[in-house]
Amino acid sequence: MQRTFAVAIGGAAGQGVATPGDIFAKIFARRGLHLNAYNAYQSIIRGGHTFLTIRTGPEKVTNMGDRIDLMVPLNQDTMDRHLGLLGAGAACIFNEDSIKAGAPAAGVQLCPLPVSKLADITRNKVAQNTLAIGAGLNMMGIGFQSLQEALTEQFQKKGQAVIDENVSVAKAGYDYAAARFQPFAHPLPMTDNRYAVLSGNTALAMGGVAAGVKFYCAYPMSPSTGVLHWMASHARQAGVMVRQVEDEIGVINMTIGAAHAGCRAMCATSGGGFALMSEGLGMSAMIETPVVVINCQRAGPSTGVPTKTEQGDLWQFLGAAFGDYPRVMAAPTDIGDCFTLIPEIFNIADRYQCPGLVLADLLLSEGRLSVDPKDLDFGPHIDRGELITSGDGNGSNGAYKRYLITESGVSPRAIPGVPGHEHTAATDEHDEDGVLISDEFTNPVKRRAMVEKRQRKVDGIEASVPPPELTGPRNAAVTLIGWGSTKGVVAEACEMLTEQGILANQLAVRWLVPLKGDAIVKQLKGAKRTIIVENNVTGQFARYLRSETSFVADGHIRKYDGEPFMPHHIVEAVKEQLAGKTKLSVPAHEIMV
Amino acid sequence: MATTLETVKPLTMADMKGKVDPDWCPGCGDFGVLAAFQKALVELQIAPHDVVTISGIGCSSNLPGYVSTYGMHTLHGRSLAVATGVKLANHHLHVLVTGGDGDGFGIGGNHFLHTMRRNVDLLYIVMDNQIYGLTTGQTSPTSHLGMKTKSMPFGNIEAPVNPIALALAAGATFIARGYSADQKHLTELFKQGIEHKGFAFVDVFSPCVTYNHDNTYQWFKPRVKKLEDEAGYDPGDYRAAMEKALLWGDEIPIGKFFQRTDLPSLHGAEPILADDVPMSQRGLRLPPEIARGFIEELM
Repeated sequence: MQRTFAVAIGGAAGQGVATPGDIFAKIFARRGLHLNAYNAYQSIIRGGHTFLTIRTGPEKVTNMGDRIDLMVPLNQDTMDRHLGLLGAGAACIFNEDSIKAGAPAAGVQLCPLPVSKLADITRNKVAQNTLAIGAGLNMMGIGFQSLQEALTEQFQKKGQAVIDENVSVAKAGYDYAAARFQPFAHPLPMTDNRYAVLSGNTALAMGGVAAGVKFYCAYPMSPSTGVLHWMASHARQAGVMVRQVEDEIGVINMTIGAAHAGCRAMCATSGGGFALMSEGLGMSAMIETPVVVINCQRAGPSTGVPTKTEQGDLWQFLGAAFGDYPRVMAAPTDIGDCFTLIPEIFNIADRYQCPGLVLADLLLSEGRLSVDPKDLDFGPHIDRGELITSGDGNGSNGAYKRYLITESGVSPRAIPGVPGHEHTAATDEHDEDGVLISDEFTNPVKRRAMVEKRQRKVDGIEASVPPPELTGPRNAAVTLIGWGSTKGVVAEACEMLTEQGILANQLAVRWLVPLKGDAIVKQLKGAKRTIIVENNVTGQFARYLRSETSFVADGHIRKYDGEPFMPHHIVEAVKEQLAGKTKLSVPAHEIMV
Repeated sequence: MATTLETVKPLTMADMKGKVDPDWCPGCGDFGVLAAFQKALVELQIAPHDVVTISGIGCSSNLPGYVSTYGMHTLHGRSLAVATGVKLANHHLHVLVTGGDGDGFGIGGNHFLHTMRRNVDLLYIVMDNQIYGLTTGQTSPTSHLGMKTKSMPFGNIEAPVNPIALALAAGATFIARGYSADQKHLTELFKQGIEHKGFAFVDVFSPCVTYNHDNTYQWFKPRVKKLEDEAGYDPGDYRAAMEKALLWGDEIPIGKFFQRTDLPSLHGAEPILADDVPMSQRGLRLPPEIARGFIEELM
């Protein structure tokens, strides 16, 4: 197990939790350290309680971890809620003018800052934050130069006076810590690597641009709104038409319109917005116009908990739109994968002229991760499938049939504007040439032929995606099965279990449709004990796996309190299940946010 | 898009005919709308492959199948949203949208409102028969007070929407009303609507001979009066247009109520289209220096 270091910053919304978070993240990434950031917050613009955890280390950091090394409470509430989370070796830096320390556990260093003595608080409202950053970096063994650079960039737009002011306050905190506080036992290491730090929403948006998305539209909905923000602020450089639409029904239909006219078109929403898009997905499938739709899940049902994470929309995804239709569906397994997945799923959607559905969640969308810039490939393979964009394509003699019955089920797709290929794309059932067979005369023979034509595309889709692979020791005592965003935390739990003498491995599922059920069952055949880990109350994936394969896991770990899994939640749950205490563990979240 | 000169033969009504004939009831007002639609394209000599005809669901929404242009027969109420996507993806295409009063003012009301305020450059033709026909005769958003239908057998107690006044309030830049029995007039309105650079709305009285026994040809004939015949009527005068829009009864105005040409259409206002290259015709690869810049921002 690698040694990691976690900083937690807490306060009310509006107190400036984000800025110190950004500065720490920048400094860590520039030291060549990996990091993972998770912000627990509420749906309030001012007030409430926000608690940001940034965990860093020399190797990939996939989750928030179990331990906080440095806590910076910006208000009394944060101190009161979370001091008890700190263990021996940890420290708490706080403004002694306004915050009273509670009783810490043995070995926890309290680091009070006399803020009004160190800075002019009448001029600098966030002096306590800047002092704390300086003090914290000193204790981590990081030179002041990197903070000076980060502050200079942070306040560039505000002018040299503001930069100088903040640098001098930071230096005061840095020097005060050098004189008064114990440094951490292990100074933060440095590597020659350099990482990009990005949120899942940024990754999804950039992945779209890498895939060649030319049209993006959305209705704002947490936690997907970050995709819209990135797209809107980069639209001109990226060459993307970005529109905010009146509702998600408009969004999906506009996206389909743009896709039908020949663009790669994408949209993102959360569960409630996706519910409104359901009928539109059926249209995408029926007129065979490919679109990519992203659902950043939040805790439901209904408005639910807009700022909290859940994997509760799997069955909504599986059941979206009435009738049977081919589609491809995947859940990215980390923030980097949010980028990589989009071009992959666009290629499948384009080749098979069907909707491509991406099931992300708040943990990915709003979390942040360090990614090797090499993994952000803006030149991915692009396959638009059988697309006719000029008049010399087949059928220009008037014989073009948009829904030509073929062995693959794929019919060459002409886009409007191409001479000689005029046709109507209809949501009613239609014949090969697009003429309706639902009005006037229905025709069971033709209806069956068209259903089978579309359904044959499933074979091609099936062949386009790989089955999931077991990672970890083959002879494991326990096999953990997860999907989407839990991959990293489950991997860390497996490592911890293995260190504690319980060999553990993982089957992380990324492609949800096609599921590759036969391959999964084969992989799980030798498993001694299988446990499914997911962020919902009813075991949505467990039920899906069972419905597709008849496979029934030995146990379940489910969390549905709005907060993500921490590694120890899974470790402890596995141990209680191995001890025969239960088959269903529901870990309690210790951090009250 | 333009066909080369040597291959150009003047387009005729035969060139505008779809793969199948309409399945509307004999006497349906929609026949007149279809003919005027085709005639407008012929008179403007617009090639079928440069047109996308987009509809929702309902009797009138079957129209795309009866013309030879590209077509999309979308979901109930969603034609304008789809059409906006098509236009923004390829603004060189002519986008013509057809549908009924239930499709446009009922289930699609929200898109109607927003497409107008955005001034999306398309022609929206509503075949307004004041009834739900394909579902066999229920009250529609334009059914008059007291009208008896299968869904309101004791008479409609809900006030109807006024599509012309609604369009004026929402900021549509071309607003007209036609009557399917006056094809020449209707064709002229469609032509003007196609040529208008912005959102053009033509509400067409298109009687349902099967389910609407109140608003019949006989009912409309003595009532409709062309604004074009009225001396001094100025379609540039918003207040005058609103006054005319509110008239209903023994005299019902048809014709061009309002037009303004000083506002840019949505695609005209979109900076990304400043170079006039349709989104659908652009390369998918990002220039490497821009991609590098995006990554640099994160470091």
